Amino acid sequence: MGLFAFLDRDHIVAPAGFSRWLVPPAALCIHLCIGEVYAFSVFNLPLTRLIGLKASAPGDWSLVDVGWIFSVAILFLGLASAFTGSWLDRVGPRKAMTAAALCFGGGFLIGALGIEVHNLPLLFLGYGVLGGCGLGIGYISPVRTLITWFPDRPGMATGMAIMGFGGGAMIASPLSVALMHHYATPTSLGVAPTFVTLGIVYAVFMLIGAAIVRVPPPGWRPAGYMPAASTSRLISDHHYEVSTAVRTPQFYLLWAILFLNVTAGIGVLSQASPMIQEMFHGNVTPVAAAGFVGLLSLFNMAGRFFWASVSDYIGRKATYFVFFLLGLVLYASVPSIARAGSIALFVLCYGIILSMYGGGFSTIPAYLKDLFGTSYVGAIHGRLLTAWSAAGVLGPVLVDYIRQYQIAQGVDKADAYSVTMYIMAGLLLIGALCNLAVGPVGTHIRHISAPAE
Amino acid sequence: MNTETTSLRLGIYWAIVLVPLAWGVYHTLLNALKLFG
Repeated sequence: MGLFAFLDRDHIVAPAGFSRWLVPPAALCIHLCIGEVYAFSVFNLPLTRLIGLKASAPGDWSLVDVGWIFSVAILFLGLASAFTGSWLDRVGPRKAMTAAALCFGGGFLIGALGIEVHNLPLLFLGYGVLGGCGLGIGYISPVRTLITWFPDRPGMATGMAIMGFGGGAMIASPLSVALMHHYATPTSLGVAPTFVTLGIVYAVFMLIGAAIVRVPPPGWRPAGYMPAASTSRLISDHHYEVSTAVRTPQFYLLWAILFLNVTAGIGVLSQASPMIQEMFHGNVTPVAAAGFVGLLSLFNMAGRFFWASVSDYIGRKATYFVFFLLGLVLYASVPSIARAGSIALFVLCYGIILSMYGGGFSTIPAYLKDLFGTSYVGAIHGRLLTAWSAAGVLGPVLVDYIRQYQIAQGVDKADAYSVTMYIMAGLLLIGALCNLAVGPVGTHIRHISAPAE
Repeated sequence: MNTETTSLRLGIYWAIVLVPLAWGVYHTLLNALKLFG
């Protein structure tokens, strides 16, 4: 207790006159690091050539095996956030961020050992399991901290943090490639030392976030801010405990909303490069397709901040209606746009779709805060992130299965994507219906902790 | 905390996160430009 007391919540209460704008960088220190997981695919090919170097050799890992590492990490993100959410709310952000740094950095180091001795289970255990736990622990705590610092703009606050998660991939991708080039030798692709370097750099960067994070004193409010009488029926004036929240239909409706929004977006993300090449056969090179993927990640990142900020003005429910209904129209239009041969319009459509995919992640914590209050939003958010895990595993499989089935039925490769797009539009329609069903949390389940301050 | 200290901290903290982010966005934009030839 005594030795690590500096990690406790009591030690990071902000002094009087502290600027709340010092806190978002702490959140971004965490999210810019853990967002690396979205760039893990840059390691896929090198990991299949650790023995053969220039091409896969007997004994090398297959692409399918390596592809599961990302899914395992996302699965453990959901599990860790679900099981540690209450603990994170209790111990405060510094301890949580430190634990996340040790898990995520340690995951890279154990993964590096797995690569060095060519032991795939060790890589899964390191990056997938331990690193995934670091993702889950690191994801929630900064978001919850920013919500308490920005009660007047919770959407913008969560958007700032979760935008960092999108930006993390943009840093990790060129950084990982540069490090592999740096460490490559005639007998090695340099993947293991790259993992070691990334593990140390990320752990240090996340620990900086843990060092600078602060929580507001009890009862603190921004200068001049008086909570207005709620203008929306959906905004709760009470704080619901996680055990209460998970017994409400609202929680499961929001779970379905996140699941459907993520499934639709992740299906596109996972197939973006081959999709644009096959839908515009002969007009888009693999290099240009890589540019398309890069552009989508920019829209994904920008959407996280933009849509969550917009939700502060138009409300969370209206924002999700925009995601689902505009997304439905865009998905349904894509096949026609592709047939018309308009690459620019196609890219714009997918850019907007991906911005709403990112916006879905960043707006959900504020939606939870509206419905269930602030006090336990970290734990509730943690439970809800299992929807992301489920969608992360099922989304790409669903899109791939539908495409393979179509091709097996004799459908042209370009047209096989069209059916997928219509199915995604259908998923978004279900999402819109779930959103429509979200109502205020009923007063009959109010065995609550405390009224809102 | 006085205003000067706060301003200095704000500058340092935000630079710590925005510089790497700008580097990543720059590389992504370079990559994205390949889409347009």
